[in-house]
Formats: sequence, structure tokens, C-alpha cells
Amino acid sequence: MRSPNPEPEALPSLATGFAALLRRDLLLAWRRRGEAANPLWFFAMITALVPLAVGPEPALLARLAPGMVWILALLGTMLAADSLFREDYVDGALEQLVLSPQPLWVLVLARVTAHWLVTGVPITLASPLLAGWLALPAGGVPMLVAGLALGTLTFCLFAAVGGALTVALGAGNVLRPLLVLPLYVPVLIFGTAAVARALEGGDGSAPLALLGAITAVTLAIAPVAAAAALRVGIDG
Amino acid sequence: MLPSSPPLLAFCALSFERNDRLLFERVEGAVHGGDILQVVGANGAGKTTLLRILATLLTPTQGELRWCGGLLPRARASYLAELAFLGHVPGLKPGLSPRENLRWLAGLFAQRDAIEEALAAVGLAKWFDTPCAQLSAGMQRRVALARLALTRARLWILDEPLTAIDRAGVAVVEQLFRSHLQSGGAIIFSSHQAVDLPGVKYLALTES
Repeated sequence: MRSPNPEPEALPSLATGFAALLRRDLLLAWRRRGEAANPLWFFAMITALVPLAVGPEPALLARLAPGMVWILALLGTMLAADSLFREDYVDGALEQLVLSPQPLWVLVLARVTAHWLVTGVPITLASPLLAGWLALPAGGVPMLVAGLALGTLTFCLFAAVGGALTVALGAGNVLRPLLVLPLYVPVLIFGTAAVARALEGGDGSAPLALLGAITAVTLAIAPVAAAAALRVGIDG
Repeated sequence: MLPSSPPLLAFCALSFERNDRLLFERVEGAVHGGDILQVVGANGAGKTTLLRILATLLTPTQGELRWCGGLLPRARASYLAELAFLGHVPGLKPGLSPRENLRWLAGLFAQRDAIEEALAAVGLAKWFDTPCAQLSAGMQRRVALARLALTRARLWILDEPLTAIDRAGVAVVEQLFRSHLQSGGAIIFSSHQAVDLPGVKYLALTES
């Protein structure tokens, strides 16, 4: 007679699951690096067009720069977010994620981290250069970079919730941007306020701290919310 | 196996209704260790739906599922630790090679670390590093089946595992099935093809 369960299950640890998915997504992004660079190209091209459209006066551009860079970073990360769970849904990998014994929110977090590393981090790193094209005074640059680092991560987390809620609705759905855009607003307000304060010679750390608080709360809630939405979405 | 021990998976009175259309009702069955259950039925009879319900991906309109006696979805954590599901799309990333695909899956599920061996066993020894997008449908299906040779799951739920598989491949799959059943595992699968294994039980879905 065989014992019902001959050996204890050796389930991979949380860290193993997180790392496996992160590695997978970074590898996929590297295989399609042309496509992965699209948000950055978009960000750079529009920035280059702004002085042509509104005129090259440095004073006017410097006034516009914080808001323009933030809006473009927002659109750049949102542009790429459509594929966040959509592809996994189409090729069946999402079923495997949902059926994994790993907690789904850990896997969502891995997916978001990869997305942020591929879209948010390059945009953050390129922002000083692009802010320079828009004649942003050097005093505003540290706040811009710090704010974008937090802000793009928050955008990616919101995008994950929106993407999870609309996963079964088909590509290019307008519902997803409508769902997440209101959430982006406070991030945008505090992010631009931090830069504006720094430019006025003040201290931008208060809006930045509020932005950090939004990021922290979102980091705690969004993966769980997205995981719950994915379970419902796959039930559709 | 003790006669009194509960079946690995038991399901009773399953009904599924979508868009006011009753797909099936009062479907029931059970698998013990060593059992193999083939779901048969015409196209559109609800085979995929039933298998997705059994894998907890879909919620049935009515009915209940029990894993080792425990009611699902409450027993979901221990169920998922011992379930291997293969959907009708194989769940592979087209941009990654068979080896890379099996590696990320290994991070999510309890698997033996013998990826190359498993790929060679399904006849893909020459294709370890070719992106899956460049492999034929049958070869992609084989990659997904190679996962079954690695998993430690006791229950396999497989949706059309033999689709696009050639005759030699079917023999490989039957061999995989045989060794899983011998080691006390159970299989629920759907197929229009008969498999050459002793003791296959059938579950016929008829339109209601």
C-alpha cells in the first residue's frame, strides 16, 4: 500500500516566485527592446516638439516644464500599461499565475516591478535631460527626479489595477484609462508642486513626502486589489 | 489506498449557466489516486468550461467541489499546491525558449529541476533555445506537456492535451500518463481521441 502523500511538497518560496516572474518579464522586455523603448521615445519626441509649438522663450518653457514632463511621464507609462496583463491573458500564462500556489499579489508585484523597471525608471533617468530641453532651471531637477521615481511607480501600480479590472475586455479599451486617470491626479498635483516649490526657492520636500505617502499606501493596496480583480476577470 | 479515504477530487451537481443558456447541469464525478477520467462531448458541450470549473478558474452556477474531502474554494491553498492545469492555450510566452518557459513556471510551482531531461523526453532535444513563437503548434503543446513530467502535482487537469500532437507524441503522452497513474496520481482530461490506457473512465457531456 502506498502512503497517500509520499513526500512533503517542496513549494518554491515567495522570493523564488517573485524572482522567477521578474526575470521572465525582464527577459521578454530585453527580447523586444525596440518595443519596450517606445514610452521613452514618445516621452523624448513630444518634449522636443514642445519648444517648436509654444515658442523658444526660456521663461515660458521653464514655466511649462514641470507640468509637461509630468504629463508626458504619465502618458508614457500609461501607453505601455495595456500589455500589463493582457498578453498573459491571451497566451494562457495568466491562468498559470492564478493557479500558482504562490499568493497572486506577490506575482502581481513582480509584474509591476518589471514594468516599472522597463518604463518608469528610464523615463525618470531621462527626465533631467528632457527638462533641460524645456529650459527647466537646475534647481528644480532633483525634485523632478525624486518625484518621478515615486510617481512612475505609483502610476504602474494604478495601471495594474486598471489592467486587471479590464483584462477580459480586449486591447485598446477606453475604460481602463478612464478608470485610472482620476487616481493619477493627486500624484500629478504633488509631483508638480514639489518642483514648483523648489523653483521658487522654497522647500519641495512637503509635497514630495505626501507623494511618498501616496506611493506607500498604493504599494500596500494595489497588488492585492489587482490580484482580486484578476481572479474575477479570468472568471469572465 | 484505503477504501474509506475520500477521493482526491469530487464534484457533484455542477451546473453552469451563462447568458441565460444552460450549458450543462447536475454533472458529477470523482477521481481517486490512480484514476483517469476522460471528458467527452460534442463541440460546444462545455468540456473546457467544466475543466475550468474543476480547476477553480470558473465558479459554477450550482454545485460543489471537494478536494480530499475539503470543500473548495476554502481548501484552495492545499488544492493548488497539488494541481497541474493545462488550458487549451498552452500558457507559454512566445518570446521565450522552451527552457526559459519551463524555468519561470518552475519558480511558481513545485517542480523537479530536470528541465532539459523533460524536454528531451518529449522529443524537443534540439529546440531548447528556440523561441516558442518559431515552434509549430504541436511542438508548443509538447513543451507544455514536458511540464507534466516535472510537476509534483497529484492531480492533472488537461484541456485537449492531444491537440496538434502527432502519433509518436501521443505515445509519449500515454507514457507520461501511465507513470503518473502508477505513482498514485489522478488525471482528468478532455479529448476527442481515445488513449491507449487501461481503466479510462468517461464523463459524457450532453447538451441539456
